Amino acid sequence: MRRLRSIGAFWYDFVVGDDWRVAVVVVAALALTAVLVHAAGVNAWWLLPVFVFAALGWSLRRAISGR
Amino acid sequence: MTALPLILTVFVACAVEAIEALTIVLAAGLTREWRSTFQGMAAALLVLAAIVAALGPTITLLPLTALRLVVGALLAIFGLQWLRKAILRATGYKSLHDEASAYLREVAAAKAASTSSRGRVHDWYAFTLAFKGVLLEGLEVVFIVITFGANQGNVGAAAIGAAVAVAVVAVTGIAVRAPLAKVPENAMKFAVGIMLTSFGIFWGAEGAGVSWPGQDAALLVLVPVVALVALCYTVLLRRPRAAPSASVPASEEVSSS
Repeated sequence: MRRLRSIGAFWYDFVVGDDWRVAVVVVAALALTAVLVHAAGVNAWWLLPVFVFAALGWSLRRAISGR
Repeated sequence: MTALPLILTVFVACAVEAIEALTIVLAAGLTREWRSTFQGMAAALLVLAAIVAALGPTITLLPLTALRLVVGALLAIFGLQWLRKAILRATGYKSLHDEASAYLREVAAAKAASTSSRGRVHDWYAFTLAFKGVLLEGLEVVFIVITFGANQGNVGAAAIGAAVAVAVVAVTGIAVRAPLAKVPENAMKFAVGIMLTSFGIFWGAEGAGVSWPGQDAALLVLVPVVALVALCYTVLLRRPRAAPSASVPASEEVSSS
């Protein structure tokens, strides 16, 4: 069990890293894009870049403010 | 898209990882002993080969749309992690990665550790140091090769980029017999973060069903835009030289990758 947990922690750290909020924003933006494309018929190519840039700025701000 | 951008991106990303692995291997080999170091390297390379053999064919079996969605999301998250660290370094909120000081830290730890043997491994410390170093840095190489290669349907080209990067770094390391401290590693990491994030956005959105204006040519706009945004954040957040005490959590300050 402990080994499984440490393997999980390693992969979490490997992919997600210091700020899990960035990963949540990316996944949420992709889900929203898919909904807009498939349900509303909007070719929302601009949505993911906007969310990614916002997430990066937010994460940097949090890191710098030390929260 | 031609194979050249793919090969170049993988080459730069893998060269950065290979430089970090080389620093650890040199510290183990020069301070402890080479035989156990090479055994550790060989064991790590075997594990990496097994991961590639298991993951490579599996991931290419996925439908292209699902593959692009999953891999795009992973690359965007992974790339943002690199970019975030690179910007924090460039703005002065995180110490620059320095192979010379990383080498000195590893050497000090290697000199202080006692020698113990296990089975055919004479120096367990040298073995584990080389094993961990090559495995951890190699995993990033494997991740980049598989994701980029599978998405472009050209794992071979990605593997060539990675192999050339590892070979160039290894040959240079053997010739110099010192960590490659003069390589502009922080700038390379910044560039890799931009490329990983850009490709992640591109493939992730495609996987979600988007049609990019201009198809693949959209990358020619997306990469400079990501670079521009990253540079803008760097300029805006640049730490004033007169105020050295801005606080970044200690856990982030010491991270080296």
